[in-house]
Parts: sequence; C-alpha cells; structure tokens
Amino acid sequence: MAEVRARVRLASPEPGGDLRAYRAVLASRIRSQRSYRLGFSLDLGASLLVGVIELAEVWVLFHSVGELGGFTFGQMLLVFGLADLAFSVADLVFGHCDNLPTYLRAGTLDVFYLRPQPLLLQLITSDISLRRLARASVGLVALVAGLVVNDVDLGPRTITIVILALVSGVAIFAAMFVWAAGVQFFLVDGAEATNAFVYGGRYASSQPASVWSRPVLVLFGFFFPMTFAGFLPMLLLLDVAGPDWLPASLGWWAPAMALWTWTLALLSWRLGVRHYQGAGG
Amino acid sequence: MTGTTTMIETVGLGRDFRVRDGVRRRTVTAVENLDLRIEAGEAVGYIGANGAGKSTTIKMLTGILVPTRGEVRTCGLRPVPDRRRLVRHVGVVFGQRSQLWWDLPVGESFRILAAIHGLTRDRERARTDELVERMEMADFLATPVRQLSLGQRMRAEVAAALLHSPRLVILDEPTIGLDVLSKQRLREFLIAERREHGTTLLLTTHDMGDVERLCDRILLIDRGQLAFDGTLAALARTVGAERTLTVDLAAPTPDLVGLPDVQHRSSEAGGLRQVLAFDAETTTAARVLAAVAERAEVVDLSIGEPDVEDVVRRVYAARR
Repeated sequence: MAEVRARVRLASPEPGGDLRAYRAVLASRIRSQRSYRLGFSLDLGASLLVGVIELAEVWVLFHSVGELGGFTFGQMLLVFGLADLAFSVADLVFGHCDNLPTYLRAGTLDVFYLRPQPLLLQLITSDISLRRLARASVGLVALVAGLVVNDVDLGPRTITIVILALVSGVAIFAAMFVWAAGVQFFLVDGAEATNAFVYGGRYASSQPASVWSRPVLVLFGFFFPMTFAGFLPMLLLLDVAGPDWLPASLGWWAPAMALWTWTLALLSWRLGVRHYQGAGG
Repeated sequence: MTGTTTMIETVGLGRDFRVRDGVRRRTVTAVENLDLRIEAGEAVGYIGANGAGKSTTIKMLTGILVPTRGEVRTCGLRPVPDRRRLVRHVGVVFGQRSQLWWDLPVGESFRILAAIHGLTRDRERARTDELVERMEMADFLATPVRQLSLGQRMRAEVAAALLHSPRLVILDEPTIGLDVLSKQRLREFLIAERREHGTTLLLTTHDMGDVERLCDRILLIDRGQLAFDGTLAALARTVGAERTLTVDLAAPTPDLVGLPDVQHRSSEAGGLRQVLAFDAETTTAARVLAAVAERAEVVDLSIGEPDVEDVVRRVYAARR
C-alpha cells in the first residue's frame, strides 16, 4: 500500500500540465478520425444502424407480446433511452479500454510507463470513438420519445431523476469498462469473458428487471448495478411501485451504486497493474 | 536528487518469473544478484545473448517491473513508487515498441509528446529544432509514421525519447535492422548529444560498431548474472578475441602457416584468398601484412573485428 500512497502524493509539478497532455492526445485522435471523411461517415452510419436495430428489437418483442413483466413498450422506451444513452456516452469515452489486450500484446503499455501521467488516465485518454455519438443519438431520441409517450411532467423532479440516472448510469457503465480492463491483465485472451458482463449488462439494462431470474438479478441488479441506469429511474419517473424486491425508491441510491462500481473498477485495475509489474511482463 | 552523480545503482537486484510449463508452474530466474553502478555522463554498453536478462533489467530500472529481490535506484529515485517523477529524467527507446502515433505525422507526435512531458512552448520549439536538424528529419516531419522507412522511424523514435532532454537515455537495440548510413547517422547524433548535454547512455546491442563507437564501458550479462564489467579492450583481452586479416593474393599460394603470432584459419580458391587470425595484443595488422608480403604478392585485403556475438560466446564458454 505504500506504493499506492506514494503515487497519489506525487502529483504533477504543474497542476494544468497533465490536462494539456490528455487534451493533446485526444485532439489528435479526433483530427485523425475526421480526416478520413468517407470512412468516418460510414462508421457513423453503421453505428447509427446498430443503435436503431437494437431499439427495433425491443419494439418487435413488445409488438408481439403486448407487455412483458407488467410493462408496456412505452415504458420500456424510457428504460432503453436512459440506459442506452448512458452506455453510449460511457462507450464513447471509455470504450477503447477494451483495447488493453492489444496494448498488452504489442507492448504499448510499456510506453505508457515512460510517461509522467497515471496509467489508467493515459489509457482512458488514449483514444475517443466519435462514431459512438451516433449510438448516443439513438438513446437520446428514445429517451425523449419515452418522456413524451408516457406524458411525463417535465418538472424539477423529472429533471432531477433524469440527470441523476444519466450521470450515475454513465459512471456505472464506465466503471464496467475499467473493471474489465483490470481483469484483462490476468487473462491471456479474456476479452470474451469480460464482454459477457460489460455488453451483457448493457443488454440487460434495457430490459424490464421484473422478468429477471434471481441470479441475473443479483448480478446485474446489485453487483454490476445496471438496473440503476434504466429500470429503477423509469419506475421513479412514472411513479410505478415496481416489484417487491426492487422497489422504485431504490432508484435514489444510484449515485451510491456508481460509487460502488468505481470502487470495484479501481480495485480491479490496481490488482491488474500489480500483477503486470509483479508476475507478467 | 540534485547533486547525485550516480545515475543507476542496483544492489543484489533479482527478478523471477513464474511460468506455466504444461500444467505445472515453475520459477525462472531472469536476473540474479546484479550489482551495478553507473555514474552520470558514462556511456555503457549492456550486452549478452537473447534471454540473458537485459530487457528485464531495463524494465526494473524504469519501473515497469517490480524487482523480486534487491534494491534499485535510477537517478536517485525508486523506479516503481517514484515512476512519474523518474520518467521526467529518463528517455527510453524499446527497439520493437513505438512511442509514436502511427497514423499521425512525425511532427505532430513530437508536439503531443512535448505536451505529455509538459515542455514550455519555447523549450519545445528549441529542442524540436535541434533534434530535427541533428538527425536530418526535416524531410519527413510531415509524413505519417506508418509511411517512414525503418531508418527514418528509428531516428524519430530516438528523437521522441530525447525530446524532454532526459539525463539518462536507455536504448534497447537502437540500430537493429538499420543500414550502414542510418547507423552512422544515429551514432554521430548520440555522440554529439552526450558531448553537449552530458547525457548518460545505457544501450543494449548486438552490434560491435555501436559498442566501439559509443561506449566507454561494457557490462556483459550471462544467465541473469554480471559476467564482465570493464572496457571493450579489456574484454577482448580477457577472452582473447581475435581480429582476422583476409588477403587476396596474386597467385595460388600454399597455406600461410608459421607466421609469427598468426594462425592460419582457411584458404579458398587454391590459396588465392586466405584468412589469418591474430591477437591484437601481441601483434598488429601491419606486421602481419608485412609478414604475408614476404611470402606472396597481396592484391587486396580486409580486416575483421571480433563481433559481439563472438565475444559473448567466448565469455559464456569460459564460464561453463
């Protein structure tokens, strides 16, 4: 633990210095993505299409069964909108943490060690995928549609819940990416295993939690608390009581759950880095 | 930290790896009981066979790997806990891993690195100009890294590692795969850099030219342990490394045996070309040539220096 403390203490000598570093890398990534105009447009289009198809999936499901777990398509639109917007924003900023196995194989991570910024911040700011903006726009449209369809009153309570849900949701999904990256240090080809939780969690978050089986509930309800990104805020917004074991009022605890996921994520990252320095190489 | 003149100091440094061997796990010792001391301003060649422990040592010196045993100080700092402070004083080129952004022009990579190291605009401009001029990079500054030739890329990599004017520069195989001219250019740059900035240099290489031109001191590592520490001349003396003289003669000649301090190695084309070996300590190339000229007419000649592989092989053989 002495090492952890020392790292925290050794802040950059000039406070604004590290910000300039992250900005320089990110600006170059954005320029480089936009410089291939055709490729970038295609990327955006493909990303949009995937988002629309996933929304259509929810619609098709509800179109054939009418309602699921006691919820209608209109209500699920709200769940999908909240969760997918949060996920897309987290994916935009943190999604390339998935590249860590590539970095490990190519030795790029060793290059991060030669730079005076913390490793995790270097990884997070090493790239940004603008094409994921298209996905975020699908989520935003679904969210707005959900608010309209359900005739939600746009008062301060609604705005508070939406902001709380989005901020916590982004934090929860972002923490999932960091958690998964930490686990990659231990697994040789483990991206598949962690994807099951990250992307599986994303999928679960856009479904009504009332139909979940007990193990799924424990996993995505509380351990990786995806319910707090879509389902619970929807219950709060629409004043629906929710299942006995998942009362709507739990939704107010979203920031606490975000904090819990980040604790998990940073622990995973810390252990991973220690493993890399200690056993791997 | 200022005032210290010792750049690298290790005491009893050791590093094990746990490797999976089928289902069993076993421990492999990569570095064992390494005591090093490198003072500011030195230029040290760190040589040894592949897998002898060179890269592991460098990773421990730079805070990438945690030592299993022993102590290590680089620029007076502990590499792992003080990593972020240490890297401001150290520049590293890992032969196979690029610091540059492959899809960006070289010049832009330099600008980003300057931001990463927090250089002021003035310092950034002055240092970039200096490096671009010294390594003749002006022609390809606007070229994306992925389109560079190996020689150009290596120059850019070295410049990237030296952009923040580190006091200690560690180069892992900097000249591997480069043509003669590129090697020459890189070596001249490193010599100038040392002369002007007093930079301390630690380099691993398989190239004798690098060691001869750049290093005042050699550390030879064998199976994770220090096998030799001294000058190149002393190393050659210890192992009796030989130089060779290859002569092309005007007419087929019987094997040139029995010359003083000279061994006949081989003959080709019925004795038209002969290879002779001699020890630089006991005689000179000129004396050997004179002795040959007494027996046959010499048309052409070339002199072979002992190469690092050969020296390493001899040291290893003597230790086993």
